Parts: sequence; C-alpha cells; structure tokens
Amino acid sequence: MKRYDAIVIGGGHNGLVCAAYLARAGKRVVVLERRERVGGAAVSEEVFPGFRFSVFSYVVSLLRPEIMRELDLPRHGLHILPLESTLTPLASGDYLAQWNDHDQNRRELARHSLRDAEAYDEFGLLLHQMARIIKPILRMAPPDPASLHPRELGDLLRLGRYFKNIPKKNFDALWKLLTMSAADYLDEWFETEALKATKSASGIIGTLLGPRSPGTAYVLLHHYMGELDGVFRAWGFAKGGNGSVSAAIAGAAQSFGAEIRTLACVSNVLLKNGRATGVVLEDGEELSADAIVSGADPRRTFLGLVGEKHLPAEFLQSIRRFKFRGASAKVNLALAELPNLTCLPGRGPHLRGAISISPSVAYLERAYDEAKYGQFSRRPYMDIVIPSMLDPAMAPPGKHVMSIFVQYAPYQQAGGWSDERREALGDAVVDTLSEYAPNLRSAILHRQVITPADIERIVGLSEGNIFQGELSLQQMFFLRPTPAWARYRTPIEGLWQCGAGTHPGGGVMGASGRNAAFELLGQRL
Amino acid sequence: MLKTTPFHERTAALCVSHAWRRWAGYIVASSYELSHEREYHAIRAAAALFDVSPLYKYVVRGRDAARLLDRVVTRDVLRSQVGQVLYTPWCDAAGKVIDDGTVARLDETVFRMTAAEPNLRWLEANALGLEVSIEDVSESVAALSLQGPNARVILQQLGELPPLKYFRLAETRLRGIPVSVSRTGYTGDLGFEIWVTADQALALWDALIDAGTPYGLQPAGMLALDVARLEAGLMLIDVDYVPARKALIESQSSSPYELDLGWAVNLDKAQFVGKQALAAEKQRGPQWQFVGVEIGWEGLERLYTEAGLATRLPQQAWRMSVPIYSGAEQKGYATSGGWSPILKRYIALAHLQAPWAKPGTPLDMEITVEHRRRRASARVVKKPFFDPERKRA
Repeated sequence: MKRYDAIVIGGGHNGLVCAAYLARAGKRVVVLERRERVGGAAVSEEVFPGFRFSVFSYVVSLLRPEIMRELDLPRHGLHILPLESTLTPLASGDYLAQWNDHDQNRRELARHSLRDAEAYDEFGLLLHQMARIIKPILRMAPPDPASLHPRELGDLLRLGRYFKNIPKKNFDALWKLLTMSAADYLDEWFETEALKATKSASGIIGTLLGPRSPGTAYVLLHHYMGELDGVFRAWGFAKGGNGSVSAAIAGAAQSFGAEIRTLACVSNVLLKNGRATGVVLEDGEELSADAIVSGADPRRTFLGLVGEKHLPAEFLQSIRRFKFRGASAKVNLALAELPNLTCLPGRGPHLRGAISISPSVAYLERAYDEAKYGQFSRRPYMDIVIPSMLDPAMAPPGKHVMSIFVQYAPYQQAGGWSDERREALGDAVVDTLSEYAPNLRSAILHRQVITPADIERIVGLSEGNIFQGELSLQQMFFLRPTPAWARYRTPIEGLWQCGAGTHPGGGVMGASGRNAAFELLGQRL
Repeated sequence: MLKTTPFHERTAALCVSHAWRRWAGYIVASSYELSHEREYHAIRAAAALFDVSPLYKYVVRGRDAARLLDRVVTRDVLRSQVGQVLYTPWCDAAGKVIDDGTVARLDETVFRMTAAEPNLRWLEANALGLEVSIEDVSESVAALSLQGPNARVILQQLGELPPLKYFRLAETRLRGIPVSVSRTGYTGDLGFEIWVTADQALALWDALIDAGTPYGLQPAGMLALDVARLEAGLMLIDVDYVPARKALIESQSSSPYELDLGWAVNLDKAQFVGKQALAAEKQRGPQWQFVGVEIGWEGLERLYTEAGLATRLPQQAWRMSVPIYSGAEQKGYATSGGWSPILKRYIALAHLQAPWAKPGTPLDMEITVEHRRRRASARVVKKPFFDPERKRA
C-alpha cells in the first residue's frame, strides 16, 4: 500500500491549493480527483468543437493575492484579464453602465441621478474600508467563541482587540452589513432602481435568498473583497477560462513535488480505531497517509466518505442541517455573432465587461418568489460575460462564447429536474435575454444548460451549491461548517477539511485550502 | 466619454500643444502653446483667459437659502450682503474640510455656490426641513476667468462695468450678453470671473478675445494657473489637502485651522456643521499648520555644484508629497512647489507640525539631485508669496 504524508481528496482549486502548500513544506502529497481533469468547478472545457467555456465558475476576483504570490501562479500560466464594466440594460430601452474610469462612471450615474453619482464614491470608500477590516479575517482560522482552550482564547482576544480598533463609524456600518438585506442597505444610499438592483445582485449570488432577505448585505460585502493588483472590487477573467486557474495551481503543486491523480475516485475514508488512516478507491486500491484532507463539501465528506455510523450524533446533526440549497444555473452559448443590444447597439467596450439582467430590485425579488416555491425564475437574474471578447482563443475567429450565470434555479425543483425542465430553463434564459438583444436567438450555434442537479452530478457539489454550502451568516466564520469544527479539523482524528464548506467560503478564493494547509502544518497564519 | 466645456470649439482650435488634462470629468487645456511660459507671464504682465467651466455650481434659492448655506459653510452667510462673494471652506461634523469654494449672494434669497467636488447631496442632506431649492447648474452655466493687470480695462471695452470691489459681483451685459461678473480669481492678481449661460459661451469668448487681444490677452491653461496659484499661496483640493470624504484614515483629513483657514471660521455663528469640533480644536490649538516655505538658493546651488551641475529648477509647478525635516526628524511635508518666475524664488506650500511652523524657522526639504536624495535648506515664510496691490484694487 502506498504511503503519503497527506492525501487530498478532490482536485478542486482548494484541494490543489492545500496540496501545493503541503508539498511546498516538504510533505509527500497526493491529490485524488474523480474526474478526468482537475479543477472541480473551476474548469475550462471545449464543450463544442472550437468553443471553449469556463463551464461552471467563470470569473476571478476573490482568489487571494497571497496565493498568487506564494505559489507564483503567473509563472504557472495564470494571466488575468480585467473586466472593466457592468452594463444593466433596462426595459425602457435605456441602460445603466458602471465603468472603471471614475469620470466616465460619474457621468453615467449622473445621467440617472446626480445624488447617486455623489453617493457612489462615498459608498465605494466605505465598502473599501469594510473590506479592509474583513480581509485579515479571511486568512485566519476562526476561533471558537465557546471554547476555553488557551489557543482559542488567545485568538479570540486578538480578534477582540482587532475589532476594538475599528473606528466607531466603520463598526456601525459593519454591524448594518451583517444584519441587513442588501436591498435595504442600498436603499440607504441610492435612488436609482437599476443601480440598487445590480449592486444587490452581488448579495444573492449562490444563495437561495432574495435581495430583501436579511443577511444578504454581508454577501454583497463578501464580493467586494475581490482584489486584483491591490484594487478591491476588481473582477477579471482568466485567459483560457477558469480552468487555467486550476491548471496554474496544479502546476505549482507539481513543481513542489505533489502527485496528482485523475480518474481516481475515492469511495471511502479508511478508519482504524476511530482514526483516519487512508482511503479506498473505487477500484479497490488503498492508499494510506497521516492526514486525509477532504476538499469535498461537508455533506459529501462526512455522510458520504466517512459514513454516519462513525460520527458523533451532535456533529452529524449539524452536518445534516448545513444548508446547501443550490440556487444557480449556468447557460453557455456558442454564438455566430455578438449580441446586439437594443440599448447600446453594435460592438463596443460594454461587451468586454459584464452584462447584468437586473433592471430593478422588484425584478430580482420576483425572480426569487418563484424559487421559494420550487420553480426556476421565468425571468431570471443573469450575469453575463462574453469571454471571447477578452480572450479570442475561447472561440473560432469571429465567433463568440457567452457565459450566463442564472438565478434562480433551485435545486429543489417541484417535480425534480428533468431533461425537459433543463431545456425549459434554457428557453427562459434565451427568451429573457432576447428581449434585450433580439439577434441572440438566431446567433446561437450551440447551447449548454447546467442545472444545480447537473452541477451536483458532474462536479459533486451537494445540491449544486456553488459555495459548498450557502454563504449565509448562520453558516459563516466559526459556524462553517459546524460549531467547534471550523478550524479545518473534524471529530475524526487525522481527517481534515479544506473545501469552500469551511471558513471563509467559496468564490474561487482558495483561502480555505491555504488556511487548512497552514493549520495542518501547525503554523501560525 | 469625457465631457467638453461649452468653450471647447474655441479652445480646441487654439490648443496646438495637444496637452489636455482632466478636470472634474471634462477635458481642459494644460497649456495652449507648446510651453506654458508665455501664458504664465500673461497673467502677471497683461491678461490671461481661463476656461473654468468644470467647477461645480449650485444655485440655492428660497426663504431659507441663507440659513442653509450658513449652516453648511464656516463663514457668516447670514450677514453677507447682496453682491458679496465669500471664499469659504466647509466641514463635516468632525470639523474636517470637505471642500472649499465660494458663496455669492446674488439676491436676498438667491445664492450661487461654487465647489471643486459635487456637493448636491451634501447640500440637500443639510436642507431637510428648510424652505429652499437647490439647483445644480454645473452644466448649464459656463465660466471664464479673466486674470491679470489688464483684466479690468479689457472688460471696460465690452460694456458698462460697474465699479467692482474685491470679492464683489454684479449682473451686467458684455457686448449685449447677459453675464454675472465677480471680482475674484485663483491667481492672486487683479481679475474677474464671468458666469454665462452655456448657449452664450462662444459669443462671450469671441467678445473677450476680440477686445482683449490689443491688451495682450492670452488664453491660458492649467500649468500657468498652477504657478500663479502657488505664488498666491492658494491651496488646491486633492493636491494640498485630502477632502474629508475621501480620507481613508483620519489623519489624512484636515481642519480649516490646519489649512491656515482659521480666519474663515466664524465660531460666533449660532450653529454650523462641525462647530463643536472646531471650537474644541481652536481651544486646543491645531497640531498642523499650512505654511509657505522658501528653498534657499545658496544651499540648492551647493548641492548641484557638488554633483558637477548647474542649478536645475523645476520647469513646472510640482504636485507631490515631499518630506521636510528639522535636523534628523521629519516635521512635515510640502504638497505643491515650484519656481516663481516673478519672485525668482523657489517656493512651496507645506504642512508642518505646529512648533516648526513659525515664519523664519529653518528647515530642510528633500530634493533629488542626480538620482540622489539630498536635503536643501529652506525656511518658513509668510503666504502669499506674491501679493501685488492690484490684487485688491
């Protein structure tokens, strides 16, 4: 039987990050990936001949800069191209654009509201300060406030001191962001409906919550923490698609000596006297290691790979309660030509950025209403990018690929997901989008629709939740995934977690993988 | 993309340097000619014409218009007279400067406010419960600044000019074009600012160029203005101070006292934004002072001589943070500086810790000579550096 210092289950980006850091520290590490390629939900695939897609996750922003630096990801091929704008087409035929350039942005906002144009800078500054406050917490293994262990107490004390030093004004704002709904919070700042809607959309991504649900203001902030080249709230597109992010991390891991095996599906974790000692693959092969690190989500890890009978009842209970409720779908289109937007016809810089179908908060909330009762939204929220505008290699010359993030498409679909329902969702997306870009339908060469059920089936994310568990406040920080087990450890000695189901959560951030590796290596973060 | 001012048709034709820059989302000329030198000398020797349309402008009307402005700014607006213009900063509740600009009383209940930053939301927030309307006229009103010793005589060619005192304004017609003229400017020279509706902008420009050319009138850009305002000791937002709304940390923001604007704070007013904090600061005494600094020629020359070079002077006014020392310790920093062609002195505007801010205090300013950081001796001097009698005439 082959022996390792650590076995990482799952070659998603967090598993790869964790393996890379462990290998960098001189450990013998193997990554076991069920699929034929690594990356998990961060993969690029040639779905249709000549058309490449970031099949699932599709932008980069939250990926921690320290990971890019420490693993030297640029040397392993990571090249992030900027996404510079967000365009919100409106039913009236007008639009709202948010541009990177300050003057251009101010002028555009002033077209809709002079007050909002002014408030925008102040809002940006405040969120910048909030992000700065939260940022150090991202790279911290969350201490358990109920524990009396000296180390936890020490960390709590440090955290307490840290919060004490936050200026009062910022502390008040932080409290509001932690408790309010995205829409209510934005109402305090802005009056332009499309602006509030487009901003609040950051608060609902990946969750089965509406913009008026409390707690979504925090998710909004979570997305503000994206940081590229020292700029908060910067979004980018990885050249070659999000598979290049995974490939770069895998390359770094291998350069440090980590072994990566694909088509190696773990069937269960081996236990001896209550301690994890290795894994068994589906073909019966056994591997052993001192540490087994699962990059799979908590449900899959504990209920699937470990087995309920080996776990304490209370722990089991909270893992069962951990909410997934996948709410998002993805539609990938191969296009013969660019969409021609009624509000801004022709090829322009706006097609190099994101297009957000979020004309009003009411529109988003209505889309959520249907999801509450187990239906996908007939007129969904969509976040659209055209990767071939940024990286022409994604499509044959002159042709394009379009990536459409769709919400809501709840995993719990009344009557369950079927092929017909999947295509009905695809039709709803194309119908809605055609209202803004009438040439779209005829431009479509191929269409790929991915429901939460497909995400679960292909990538293994429970209920298709893109964050490995809803990013809602009751599942954050020391509660992620369960109280007392938020420091990447588990009730099974020798078994660790490194997926987005742990603090600080998902979004191709890599922080969980890095934090887990540091905990494992017994290093201070 | 970027906005152009109502004068753009004329200024673009004149801008042979193609040196444009951004100002509040507009493009304006850095210099029209290949060098800004002649444009600067026109300010001091004849007259210069600046397009200052990108300023934010608000018209505040209503029974409570004076009350609103009095509540917002630090100077006494209630007691201002019709036809008077006040230069004033305004602060947040912590007494830190948000912006600075002018408040002009056009009538008992009508005011025009100019600002460097957008302030509509701030004015509205302070107007709750008051009987007042606030109109953003930034785009509909164009503005020119006519500065220099010949400014008055040029205006007199265009119509009946009421005898305007310093910081007074009047409504009049220039070659039949209705304008509002104020005896103000940003150069420390004799000068006027002229406000006109955007649709009459080109006609006004043509009239001024036509009447001014025989008197040496020269369209001038921001580079020339920067030298003049430095000589006049006038601070510039985002360069010499960080407006409180943009401050990332508290220490980046400044109170009026720290910006040498204590004279513009009227603590006798019943109530205004930031009063409590400012009263406390006045009692405490500000920790920082905003002062003039002169870099001594001899020291400068010595540094260059040691490097085997003739003394080099900045070709333009600079805008950056430059450390200032007393002995080994840094005691402050300069934020604007440059060579004054009219004074033949190297001058700078600087923030200094209060104990080192008294006129005459010897200091050292960092200067890079041939890739090496050196220190040139400097001393605190009174502002404004250049203060001709005609400025107030």
